[in-house]
Amino acid sequence: MNLPIWMPYALCGAGLVGLGLYGLLARPQLLRRILAFNIMGAGIFLLFGALARRGAVVGAIVDADPVPQAMIITGIVVAISATALALGLIVAHARAGGGEGLPGDTPGVGERDEPGADEAADDSGSADRDGRRDEREGTRR
Amino acid sequence: MATPFDLALCLLILVVAAFAVLGRHGFMAVVFFITCGLLLALAWLRLDAVDVALAEAAIGAGLTGVLLLVARSRLKALEPGLAPAPHPALRATAGVGAAAVTAGLVLAIRAMPESDGLKAAVAERLPRAGTDNPVTAVLLNFRGWDTLLETLVLLAALLGVWTLARDDDWPGRAGRAHHTRPDGVLAQFGRVLPPVALVIGVYLVWVGGHQPGGAFQGGTVLAAAWVVTVMAGLLPAPRVDDPALRAALLAGPVAFVVLAVAGLLAGSFLVFPPDRAKLLLLGLEALLAVSIAATLALLVFGAPEDRSEENA
Repeated sequence: MNLPIWMPYALCGAGLVGLGLYGLLARPQLLRRILAFNIMGAGIFLLFGALARRGAVVGAIVDADPVPQAMIITGIVVAISATALALGLIVAHARAGGGEGLPGDTPGVGERDEPGADEAADDSGSADRDGRRDEREGTRR
Repeated sequence: MATPFDLALCLLILVVAAFAVLGRHGFMAVVFFITCGLLLALAWLRLDAVDVALAEAAIGAGLTGVLLLVARSRLKALEPGLAPAPHPALRATAGVGAAAVTAGLVLAIRAMPESDGLKAAVAERLPRAGTDNPVTAVLLNFRGWDTLLETLVLLAALLGVWTLARDDDWPGRAGRAHHTRPDGVLAQFGRVLPPVALVIGVYLVWVGGHQPGGAFQGGTVLAAAWVVTVMAGLLPAPRVDDPALRAALLAGPVAFVVLAVAGLLAGSFLVFPPDRAKLLLLGLEALLAVSIAATLALLVFGAPEDRSEENA
């Protein structure tokens, strides 16, 4: 079996698109939807880039097609711009009293995400609003 | 030819992405997302797209990961109501639909006609582009229009984020106040990392003229250095009405527009004269890097927020 090098990456890109699309549709939390959307975008970039690698001549000055590469770099930058704005909107939505999902979503009987305990996640954190952080620091030391 | 390494890497990317999308724990999902981005950077290296690998590692994995982590911690602090869990029927339908899209893409990949793309066209015009890096040539010269609009998209996103600030907090310092333990990991990193990142960032901008690198990759590394320093609490975040900051945000796009208009008057829109292309491209790259670094960093800091506790 003589698989061209771009083939597994193109298939991987197709898989990422499917995974991201599923997360975008089936995940109720807005943050997770944005994450899934980014996975989908990464899949599209990978698929595009893998196809650009086809027929590359080894040893030539230009290996992979530079035009798709430039377009992918542009895409990555646009993706982070949109992600930053979307995340800002999600936080503003929560601050205005909205939940972590959209109010129009139909509630079902599926399982919810674990609330998660990621206090050890970072030692940066915010200006402390209610002293909980101090307590946490105290217990950790 | 694909090696077992390529197959294993692709499988690993899919598994890690599946954890990021399907995992129950939100924080872990973000960590898996960052890991997925780093693995994707490896994939780009295997595909001989070093410029994209740099951009993916710095922007796709690094800064997007920080954005997600920051947004998550802000959301947690607000304690929003839990989202309604979706109906199983909706999940099943979404699964079938997503699988169908993937299957369609796989069929399309197999049916693709052979093509050499635009490699030859770029290689032919490269000597007159003012740079030896074909990707930089496409980004700034051949397809300068895309890049001009892209820098404007970055600015528009920042304006969008800034509009989310409350009236009382505007104009203040961007984002929240950051406090760290002086002996913590972040405070140490905040001292060690920025000098190295500064050198790497400036080098990437400079080397973009003839090797993989460029304004976007270099600018992102510079932004990361700034973000780490501010998050470590070693520097205050900039005020959003600081004239120097505004100048840094606008320098790149304005230079790009000026070049475009000058080109228009000379009869060639966004095409650089071959004899002066190198100097123009280098200057443009430097200004763009400054603007990209400032815009990306401010996107991470976010809109000005209430800092009254800080002074109390």
